[in-house]
This record gives sequence, C-alpha cells and structure tokens, in this order.
Amino acid sequence: MSVTNLKLKPQATPQTSAQVIALGQTASRGIDGRLSRFVTQTVTNLLPLLVTLTFFTLAWQLICSSPESSLPAPSRVLEESWELIAHPFYIGQGVDQGLFWHVFASLQRVALGYAMAAAVGVALGTLVGQSALAMRGLDPIFQVLRTVPPLAWLPLSLAAFQDGTPSAIFVIFITAIWPIIINTAVGIRNIPQDYQNVAKVLRLNGFEYFGKIMLPAAAPYIFTGLRIGIGLSWLAIVAAEMLIGGVGIGFFIWDAWNSSLISDIIVALIYVGIVGFLLDRLMALVGRAVTRGTANA
Amino acid sequence: MTKSYLSLELLDKSFERGGTRTEVLKQVSLTVDKGEFISIIGHSGCGKSTLLNIVGGLTQATTGVVLLDGKVVDEPGPDRAVVFQNHSLLPWLTVYENVRLAVDKVFSRTRNKQERHEWTMRNLELVQMAHAAEKHPSEVSGGMKQRVGIARALAMEPKVLLLDEPFGALDALTRAHLQDQVMQIHATLGNTVLMITHDVDEAVLLSDRIVMMTNGPSARVGEILDVPLARPRRRIELASDRTYLTCRESVLKFLYARHRFVEAAE
Repeated sequence: MSVTNLKLKPQATPQTSAQVIALGQTASRGIDGRLSRFVTQTVTNLLPLLVTLTFFTLAWQLICSSPESSLPAPSRVLEESWELIAHPFYIGQGVDQGLFWHVFASLQRVALGYAMAAAVGVALGTLVGQSALAMRGLDPIFQVLRTVPPLAWLPLSLAAFQDGTPSAIFVIFITAIWPIIINTAVGIRNIPQDYQNVAKVLRLNGFEYFGKIMLPAAAPYIFTGLRIGIGLSWLAIVAAEMLIGGVGIGFFIWDAWNSSLISDIIVALIYVGIVGFLLDRLMALVGRAVTRGTANA
Repeated sequence: MTKSYLSLELLDKSFERGGTRTEVLKQVSLTVDKGEFISIIGHSGCGKSTLLNIVGGLTQATTGVVLLDGKVVDEPGPDRAVVFQNHSLLPWLTVYENVRLAVDKVFSRTRNKQERHEWTMRNLELVQMAHAAEKHPSEVSGGMKQRVGIARALAMEPKVLLLDEPFGALDALTRAHLQDQVMQIHATLGNTVLMITHDVDEAVLLSDRIVMMTNGPSARVGEILDVPLARPRRRIELASDRTYLTCRESVLKFLYARHRFVEAAE
C-alpha cells in the first residue's frame, strides 16, 4: 500500500501548495519550517486516502466477519496468507514461488509481447496515417479485429504455437497493438500543415521527414496509444495465464482458487492492482519525458 | 522585354470542390527586380496567400508560370524561404536547432560542421535571438518566435524571401519593432522580398512597390504603387512626410473606396 501512496504524492502536490505556504509563514523558518511544511504536505496529501482505506477495510471486516461468510475478512487474510505476504522472494519447487517471482514471470511475458506490439504498432500506424491507400485497405480490418476479446485469440494461438508461453505473449501482442496503431495513425494524420510546409521548403527527404517531423509531431498520440496498450496487456496477461498455467500471477490466482485459498487470491489481486498502476505511471512518465515541449508550440 | 529576377506570368488558380469551380486568381502578372521589397495587399479572401504559396511552390498554379532567376518554379525549395504567419517553428527543437535544421539541410555539402554552427549563430544574432538559442519555442514570446522564423528563412540564403503576414499575430509595439528589424536586415543583405500584408502602414513603410489586389473570387492585380521614399526610412519622420501620406492615401482609397470588401462575397 505504501508504494501507491508514495506514487500519488508528486501529482497532488501543486494543488495544495498555496495552502502550505500560508501555513509555513506562521510556522518557524529554516530547516524546522521546511520539515514542518513537508509534514503538513504529506499529511494533507495522504490523509484522505488513509481515511478511505481505513473505512473500506473496516467495512470489509464488518461484512465478512461472520463465521459463515464466503469471503475472508482482512484479519483472516493476514492470518491465513501471512507466509505469502511476508516472503515475496521465496523460491520453491515448480509453481511454488514467492509472489514477486510470479509477478516477474508475468511482467517478462508482457514486456516481450508489448515490445513487439509497440514496434509493429507504430510502424503500421505510420503506414495507415501516411497513406490514404493503406488506410482504406487496412483500417476496416483493424477496426474489426480490435473488437475481438484478448482471450478469444488464445485457442487459436495455442493451436499455432503448440505451447503456452508464446501463446500468452501473442495474446499480449494482439491486445496491445490496436490502440497503438490507431493512435499513431491519428497522430500522423494530424501533423499540422505548417510543419509539412516547413519540411517541403527545406526539401527534407522521407527519412528526415520521418525522424525530424513525423515522429516528434505524433509522439503525444503515440504515447497515448502506448499507455492504453500497456494497461490492456496487463489485463490480458492475468486472464491468459489462468489458462496456460506455469509460473505467473494469473495462474497463481487460478491455482489458489482450485485449492480454495481465497485469502491468497486477495493478496494476489492487490499485487496485480499495484503492478498495473505502476506500469501505467511508468508509461505516463516516459511519455512526459519524451514528449516534453511537443504538445505546445 | 527586360529580364527580371522574379516574374509571375499570367497566373490563374482555381479550386474544384464538389463539381463547382472557384476561381481564386485570374491572370496575375508581376515582375520583381533583384533586391526589391514588394508588398501584396488586399482584403482577406482575395487569394494573396494562395499567390505566395504558388511562388513558394507549395501550391501549383492552374495555368501560368513563375520564373525565378531564369528557372521555372514548380516545387518548394530553400531558394524561396517562407516565413509563415504563425512562425511554424518545430516545438520539439530549440531555437538553435530550428535554424540549424535549415542550415544543415541547405549547406550539407558546401559547409562543414563548424561553419554551419557559426552561420546558424550569425543568423540568430541578426535577429537578436542568440541569447535564447537553447530555449524551446514555447519558452519565448510570439515576437521572438517570429524573429526565429525570419532567422531560419534568412539562413537558407534564399533568392527571394516570402513573408506571409509575418507580423499579423503580433501586438502593435512588437510589430513595429520587428518591422524596423526587417528593414535593417533588408538594408544590410539586400534580399528580394515578397510580403503579404493587410496593414497599409506596414506596406508603405517597408516596400518599394505595393501590389494591390482586387477582391476575390477571381482576384487580379488592381494597381501597383511605387513608394518613392528614400531609405533608410524612419517611422517617426515618415508620420508627417508628404510622399508617405500620399502613398498611404492611395492605398486606402484603393482598398476602401474602389474595392470595398463586400461581405456577400465571403
């Protein structure tokens, strides 16, 4: 939980800064003042979250505390899954691994499938955005294929690859690629006429135009696609792994269900949520770093 | 017929959309001598930007031809550098990189790296933007952006500099300052300049000749006015100068008495 809290902080800071300065003036100055300002800032940012978290945990505890409840209360989760929570880096036999290793295995699959989706997606998106002919030929196909649910691809890819891991990677690839293609194409199509005119006056060749104008101009759109793509990949991997088995957070959840370890499922879900959140933040951060200054002229 | 540096010969331009044909320009002819500063003035919608784009090679004329230094213009190129109305700097590049991109492209073979760097800085100094070389366009004011746009165009050493309402988006004080700078640069480098404007004072102050366009559709060159004012020109002295006022009056008369902008035409 503390990881999420830390991550939220920088975002919320600007909103409260005005208030904090006013408080700081009345407080003592120097290191002392800075420290107290930091504390007030942290408290104002985190307090609402802590309150809601406490409220939800209490409510959950109350609702699930009766002995015949089908789901465990938080106290029971802690009690039953303490081994799991306390030893994320545990290394055992086969699928008996610490949660970190399960998440790590899932992340590896996502990294591979997503990287391929990003490369192919940006290339195809550029093609469709650049050429009206390619647009007419490919876009209808993309529009249909992107509505196919990720898991519907799994049987087909199992038949093609005859193996679980490549199939899961393919599912990630096919899930993440559509928003990347579509957003890239929109970004390329929306390159302002001005920039195209500049390129024409300078007589940039195709290669220079791609690197100097097209990619930077479309970068904000591309990163929107990449960010949606990473979210979808993480959604898909958990589902895909439930079916293919092996080490991975998805199969861990499925395995826990088969062994009626409901508390373990809850712990795993918290992991899945936090990792998904971190992936999204990571892409947003990379996007902001790369597209710095491109959005506004 | 004397051979002029830049000549526009019987340019016609019409657009076709949904079966209807709109004639924008009709039989526009103009000859420009080397080093001349020409303004093209007219009401909005009269096709003056289209005319500039044809000279720039960004738009093709339906019929007619543009000759520059004895060669036919049929595609864009750095010998006709354009300063766009909204500066068109690439926001992901710094001020320096924006100019350097043009310098690298135009002088890739003729100058080495060091020379290209110096030439980039020279042009930034010319528009007094060297101090902001490492800033991004979003970090400098509108007037500064336009100055960088001018530096980029000048750095290409164009045969003719095309200015498309370069000061239109600026406030009056910044505009005056930039007009002075452009006059200064024109005096120093002796460029041939073709400028689109809708500002009568700007046209009279800067130009050797003012080309007045009739209203569109089918706009044509209505009249060409010589501005026989000695250079260097100073705006304060000119404010009460007889010749200046006469020129100004005849442009105003053309625009508001004889070719009043007809709302229905829009």
